[in-house]
Amino acid sequence: MSDPLLSLRDVRKTFRTHGTTQVVLDGIDLDVAEHQCVVLIGASGSGKSTLLRAVDLLDDVDDGQIVLGGLDIADPWVDADEVRARLALVFQQYNLFPHLRVLDNLTLAPRHVHGRRRADAEADALAMLEKVGLEHKARAYPDQLSGGEQQRAAIARALVGNPDLLLLDEVTSALDPALVGEVLDLLTALRDEGTTMLIATHEMGFARDVAHEVVFLHEGRIHERGTPAEVLDHPQRPETQEFLRRIR
Amino acid sequence: MGEMSGPVDDWTPSARARARTEFRRAQHRRALLVALVATLLVVAVVVLVVTTAPGWDRAREAFFSPQRAVEVLPEVAAGLWLNFRVWVVASVVGLVVGLLLAVVRTSRIPALFPLRMLTVAYVDVFRGVPLLLVLLLVGFGLPALRLSWLPVSAAFLGGLAIVLTYTAYFAEIFRAGIESVHPSQVSAARSLGLNRGQATRLVVLPQAVRNVTAPAASMLVSLQKDSGLISILGAVDAIRAAQIATTGDYNFTPYVVAGVLFLLISIPLTRLVDAWSARQGWRGELRRLPGAGVLR
Repeated sequence: MSDPLLSLRDVRKTFRTHGTTQVVLDGIDLDVAEHQCVVLIGASGSGKSTLLRAVDLLDDVDDGQIVLGGLDIADPWVDADEVRARLALVFQQYNLFPHLRVLDNLTLAPRHVHGRRRADAEADALAMLEKVGLEHKARAYPDQLSGGEQQRAAIARALVGNPDLLLLDEVTSALDPALVGEVLDLLTALRDEGTTMLIATHEMGFARDVAHEVVFLHEGRIHERGTPAEVLDHPQRPETQEFLRRIR
Repeated sequence: MGEMSGPVDDWTPSARARARTEFRRAQHRRALLVALVATLLVVAVVVLVVTTAPGWDRAREAFFSPQRAVEVLPEVAAGLWLNFRVWVVASVVGLVVGLLLAVVRTSRIPALFPLRMLTVAYVDVFRGVPLLLVLLLVGFGLPALRLSWLPVSAAFLGGLAIVLTYTAYFAEIFRAGIESVHPSQVSAARSLGLNRGQATRLVVLPQAVRNVTAPAASMLVSLQKDSGLISILGAVDAIRAAQIATTGDYNFTPYVVAGVLFLLISIPLTRLVDAWSARQGWRGELRRLPGAGVLR
């Protein structure tokens, strides 16, 4: 097998507040191969979000390598804008731009980052909205959408730039339970198309359905990794067993 | 791997991490250098343009005469004391009454309806009329009524005009602050059993005031400057004292002295408000959230 698309080696990150140092990522090794779907699980504060933000270069790490397509993007001399343009992060709180219509949310980056012409960008955006079932909301503003629709729009916005890797940070945690399904169905469809994804989630059923690999994070370290069956059904380590018992 | 007893900080940076740190430091040094060079360049250009101007020698004598500055300093400073008193009184009255008006205007108590209309009319009028006009109307209009109980000193009438105008501004600022507090805060307060007044006083107003600290502070600075306008009614404040000092010799140094004295109050004032609100954690609280840092 060729080199993985994304490869983390010994990644370390600390937060320093009021004189105390908290290690949030403590020597993370992780690979995501092309067309793979890797799911991060673990309690709040285990480092899942920090890891995703570090990969998208929204936070600097203290040490280690984050290799994307052969380039160590943790190096500060790498052009971060260029890297972020190749990745896409979907946030828990959607973060759609409230002053722009859904369609304009989708065409913003293609037009201003990738230099697409307006007509082309809008054609692509409409196709993407159709794919996520929101073509009828193209002219609506984000606050006129339900939570599930907003999150699907946010996923569409992330996908419309054809990212090499889609990062998803607990994208269903802010949603009404009744709306979780429509978002997870969309992500499952994306996985089946071969979209490369790194996902942080609390939805264990979803993790079981889509993950090629499940990774359990606890206090900034990876304690267990494997197929969904291995990690979720036959956890070996006490921390994993404890975590799974609590959320059940 | 043994038992995880919480992360221990026994990390030594790898060669890679040290190289990155060195790179960031070099970048930082370069940024400082660029800032320094740019500043020096701007200062040099300004100095060059001003000092090579044909009239520079005469202008320097007329505006920056050191001995004239020393001579007029006591008179101008005495005038500034009046500005200072007007400023303090007008600030206190303006802030307190402005806040009250804002509360009245945003309240939904039916009995306050006439008062609410009055507030709206007051704010509309005094925010819409130039301060200079209010000064002239109050300064020359009120004495014409010959009310025996009304003080008619220029300082009092000038101060009154300033209070009337600035109270209207403060009322609007505080109204914006009150309206910026999310309605769910009121719901939460009321669900705890607080009545309407308590919810306003204990929950809404503290947040409203925080949200508008910066515009209110800049209004205070503006008020401090505008206190000089009372000089048109004849009150001998810093500006009027400087004006008197320039008659006769056409040396305008006293105006520069007055300007410097105003700055000596207003600059520390703005810095003080900034520092205070930062210490209270009102300013820049969003800066601590994830994503608020500087992105490379």
